[in-house]
Amino acid sequence: MSNYVLTIGIFVAINGIVACGLNIIVGYAGQISLGHAAFFGIGAYTAALLATRAGFSFWLSLPLVIIITGAIGLLLGLPSLRVRADFLAITTIGINFIVESVFMYVPFFGGALGIGGISRILFFGIRLREAGFLALAGTLLVLSLGCTWWFARSWTGLACFALREDEISASSIGISPVLFKLLAFMTGTAMAGVGGSLYAHYMRFISATDFGFPVSVMMLSMVVVGGMGTLWGPVIGALLLTILPEVFRPLTDYRMLLYAVLLLLMIRFQPGGLLGERGVLKNLAGRIRGRLRS
Amino acid sequence: MDLFLEQLLNGIAIGFIYALITSGLALVYGILRILHVAHAAIYALGAYAGLGIYSITGNLFLALIVSMAACSLVGVAIEKFVYFPLLKYPPYVPLIGSIALLLGIEEVLRLVAGPYIHAFPAEIPVPGFHFGPITMSPVLVTVYLVTVIVLFGLWFLSTRTELGLAMRASSQDIQIAGSLGINTSRIISTTFIIGSSTAAVAGILVGIYFNQVYPTMGAVPAYKTLALIVVGGLGSVPGAVLASVLLGISETLLIGYANIPLPRDALAFIAMIAVLMWRPQGLLGRR
Repeated sequence: MSNYVLTIGIFVAINGIVACGLNIIVGYAGQISLGHAAFFGIGAYTAALLATRAGFSFWLSLPLVIIITGAIGLLLGLPSLRVRADFLAITTIGINFIVESVFMYVPFFGGALGIGGISRILFFGIRLREAGFLALAGTLLVLSLGCTWWFARSWTGLACFALREDEISASSIGISPVLFKLLAFMTGTAMAGVGGSLYAHYMRFISATDFGFPVSVMMLSMVVVGGMGTLWGPVIGALLLTILPEVFRPLTDYRMLLYAVLLLLMIRFQPGGLLGERGVLKNLAGRIRGRLRS
Repeated sequence: MDLFLEQLLNGIAIGFIYALITSGLALVYGILRILHVAHAAIYALGAYAGLGIYSITGNLFLALIVSMAACSLVGVAIEKFVYFPLLKYPPYVPLIGSIALLLGIEEVLRLVAGPYIHAFPAEIPVPGFHFGPITMSPVLVTVYLVTVIVLFGLWFLSTRTELGLAMRASSQDIQIAGSLGINTSRIISTTFIIGSSTAAVAGILVGIYFNQVYPTMGAVPAYKTLALIVVGGLGSVPGAVLASVLLGISETLLIGYANIPLPRDALAFIAMIAVLMWRPQGLLGRR
């Protein structure tokens, strides 16, 4: 396989991990977030700074990245306790713009020049190139899916579902909105941190615009197009929305237009997502399952 | 002192322009509860349509009318074909549709008119204004005049006419308004016509004021106006206008007099989050 295809595969895996995290916040806990790229960026910048300033390896910095991103996610998840629905959507857009401009204008974060010279990942002394990196990213994606699966089946997940459906009645039977919303935010943003760390070590150069608001929209589109609140939805969405722009690359000038039209058509005719209620893929899967049984 | 006055007048003008864009957005939000990001694309479209007609005919008034009509048409089409069928889904579904529309319309404008900045050299039939230390260019006078007329029109329409009563009733509870015999689908379309027309006016005014029309001119207003309608209280037009004027003035004065290392757009959002933490329902919003 050519490096081009492998690179796209790596981006599918990274986007899949980040979208899985967003799915926990939006799909499972019902808290709309349009600022997920900020946490993706916080993960990437933490990994980049640890690698370039402190000489940490990917493996050593990964737990730290998870802890730091999760902690910042907890902090920035606090507004979700005060505002909800559309107000929260716009607050998270604001958080994204603020985080991006802090990366852009504070010299500590490299300013407009970004951070370069991030080390490659070493695996028992071997440098991970495209194929090896894809294996690593794929493994982490599977781990994230496992984490999502476990989250959905745990008591925390059930509490989040209850909060998503009806916050007042859930809190009346003793489910603390504060605790579980923040837990969901922390888990989701920590996953974004993992994605960011992979991104930083793969690109080896990052700058603030990589984590702007359009990236957040892209992440949310992946979750919605795939099927919000389903296990595989974010992965399907990441696969589609990462590969489509590449397929359209030969169209040069009309590429973004076609992308926008397709996104509009998907959201218009599959508003529940491909794997969600009345989704094409869900019906297909059900039919195949029925065929296998009979 | 003169410099300060001039800065203040410019700041109010920018605030007025924000107010024109946000008032339409607030109307749409009030009635459909949709974050209509594509409103900014309609505003860009308005500027292009106005510039196109003006450069062909040389008649600014005609350009304004045609641009308003074109924007209303697109606005109603968006409402009928995209938003209305998605109303029963959670709000992020139409929001993503709206973002896709914003991207799509920007791309169409870029492909049709080219990616570069067009100038908008309009001859304005309004004299400049001199009073003591205050000097206002004809463009500035036009911005003030048009904004005041449009905002007064909106106020008159919504508080003094039967249509306005029906619009306010529908934005409070669309089902009950419908059961009382208001043709709500027509009210929704009318709201989109009014909102899109004000966006067209704003587009042309911005084009003339900065003498610039370009495909992505809606990108920054798209999100900043969302912050403004939130700060004003979602769906409250007076709140949106108040927030817009405050932002316009504070942006201009802060850039002029304070040395803050963050860009003005980030400042707008920091102010927004601060206001929301203090009053989660916005400045003039009801709980």
